[in-house]
Amino acid sequence: MTPSASSGQALRQAQDRPQIIDRTSGLGAQPTPDFEEQRRHWEERSARGRRRRGPGSGAVDRTISDVPLKVAYDPSDVADLDPARDLAWPGAYPYTRGIHANGYRDRLWTMRQFAGFGTAAQTNARYHFLLAQGQHGLSVAFDMPTLMGYDSDAAQARGEVGKCGVAIDSLADMELLFDGIDMADITTSMTINGPACIALAQYVAAAEKKGIPRAKLGGTIQADILKEYIAQKEWIFPPRPHMRIIVDMIDFCTREMPKWNTISISGYHIREAGSTAAQELAFTLADGFAYVEACMAAGMDVDSFAPRLSFFFNSHIDFFEEIAKFRAARRIYARHMREKYGARNPRSWQLRFHTQTAGCSATAQQPENNIVRVAFEAMAAVLGGTQSLHTNSMDEVLALPTEKSVEIALRTQQVLAYETNVTNVVDPLGGSYYVEALTAEMERQAESYFAQIAEYGGVIEAIEAGFFQREIAEASYRYQRSIEAKERIVVGVNAFAKDEEAAEIELLKITEETERGQARAVQAVRQGRDGASVASSLDRLQAACRDPKDNLMPHLIDSVNAYCTEGEIVEAMAKVYGRYTETAVV
Amino acid sequence: MNERPLRIVIAKAGLDGHDRGAKVIARALRDAGMEVIYTGLFQTPEQIVQTAVQEDADGIGLSILSGAHMTLFPLVVEQLQAQGAGDIVFFGGGTIPPDDAQRLRDLGVRAIFTPGAPLQDIVDFVRSECGKRRALVG
Repeated sequence: MTPSASSGQALRQAQDRPQIIDRTSGLGAQPTPDFEEQRRHWEERSARGRRRRGPGSGAVDRTISDVPLKVAYDPSDVADLDPARDLAWPGAYPYTRGIHANGYRDRLWTMRQFAGFGTAAQTNARYHFLLAQGQHGLSVAFDMPTLMGYDSDAAQARGEVGKCGVAIDSLADMELLFDGIDMADITTSMTINGPACIALAQYVAAAEKKGIPRAKLGGTIQADILKEYIAQKEWIFPPRPHMRIIVDMIDFCTREMPKWNTISISGYHIREAGSTAAQELAFTLADGFAYVEACMAAGMDVDSFAPRLSFFFNSHIDFFEEIAKFRAARRIYARHMREKYGARNPRSWQLRFHTQTAGCSATAQQPENNIVRVAFEAMAAVLGGTQSLHTNSMDEVLALPTEKSVEIALRTQQVLAYETNVTNVVDPLGGSYYVEALTAEMERQAESYFAQIAEYGGVIEAIEAGFFQREIAEASYRYQRSIEAKERIVVGVNAFAKDEEAAEIELLKITEETERGQARAVQAVRQGRDGASVASSLDRLQAACRDPKDNLMPHLIDSVNAYCTEGEIVEAMAKVYGRYTETAVV
Repeated sequence: MNERPLRIVIAKAGLDGHDRGAKVIARALRDAGMEVIYTGLFQTPEQIVQTAVQEDADGIGLSILSGAHMTLFPLVVEQLQAQGAGDIVFFGGGTIPPDDAQRLRDLGVRAIFTPGAPLQDIVDFVRSECGKRRALVG
């Protein structure tokens, strides 16, 4: 059959049938009703539905953070939005739509699972496993004594060694932690704040012992002490000397570690402590600006250090609110960095961030459900344009995660990255009436908090007055009450619960032998080193603590190289700085 | 019926800074009409029991989310015995796996509440158990 014969036949058949007159092109069509008339129709239908639904139907008209929501959003909600001013294009100021012109097409986010438990040798084995599974970078979780500046054999450490993370007492442990891992090839994130300067010194020293110069080290260290006073409560010294330590670290890294992200300014813990999304956003950015101001006050040029500042946010379960929060964060940061702090380098305007799914949204009841929550939260982070992501494991609400549950969490990211296609288009929710309105609302609430913090005289003054702590405690209690009243449903907790004692999932347990073994190990380190260089390096460190002009970092590297333990170094510094105690706010 | 409200010490021990749960419980008990003393962070078991004895508390609620519960709960039980305060109702909560919770109950911890426990259950437990203690001790 030839093509012309075939089409002639088809034409004849069509002529025999009743005709359909297509008016969709507009000519002769019904007139389109006026948009406002359409609105009135919709409002009537919506009101009828609301009457039928009646009170107490469980319908929630607020976000999880108590932001009032409309039933539907329309162009009037974004009437004030100026696309050129407020959105621009991906990769352009004010970066609402992301910091990269091509989003994830050029570069996927970094899949980075936070891990650490027991001894350095045990965690080292977990790192080898994670790298073999395709993870891109390492993320060190330290145990409580390490985070609070105590050695594993200290009285304060009893029961805590290796429980929440890995115990690192001295350079010897840090060397063991990275045994067999090419520190020039991977990036490492270290979640530690009070003693961050010591952990950084240990990391540099461990790499240099392998022959890798500090300039080649990539990664980040949290070192965000302000949110410790606000939410996480792992401080050592009072706020002002702690700020000096952070400024010294940023200054040192800026000069000597060009690939290192100097600080990870964190909202994660603020949110976990019970804040709203807007509080997380506002308090975190306020902390960030406080570090910028402290570095500038110490004489640093904003464009010398700002490109290496990074952020860390929580991704909670209220999907669109989280996406709006991430978008607002970039816009607010860019505006303040350019307009208030006078940064001229575009990299100084770009807010880069890591995200972790919300531990506090996980439930002990039916823990497998947490896999699903994590998947939604991870997608919100990706639609919000995160640079790296940690997905929580389903069993973290009960104990440290097992290898199996960590693998599922990592696979969740891989499915998101390679199967869902959400990575193909940059900022896919940009222009959504709802998401744009919520983004603007987040920015408005954050600016209002900045004004309140300024009234206290700044972040440190607001901490001392208990402002953040009170705001968070209020929000957290309000949220808990809404769960109790079943205004909000948590599956498996206040609805769809099952009568079972607890899930039968395998849990990872850290034994008491870990604590005894680690205590013996740190004692062996103390016995095997040169006592004279320990004493002299600590003397020089103390002298530097008294002299604000002398950067602490080189002295800290000397001390860790002499195998001074973390507890000894903290003790020496506390003799100059004192220790912080909080007035508890309920 | 005793006129004086029940008095409860809510405590954080060890190095654990996670105080969200402790603060929420403290407020819920206060809203339920009890007197609540929140110890603040980083208390030793000795200090916690001393506070409870000095304040003539009816109960102690200990919150631990750092994994150190199998060390710190038994130390508080020990201190209650040592300070002659075995009548004080000792309960707690946190990220505590089920088999650990059972072992702690066997040691004399009266109740262990894990994440997701309804506030009303905790309030009811405290009112009932601490109320019994008050009726006995006066």
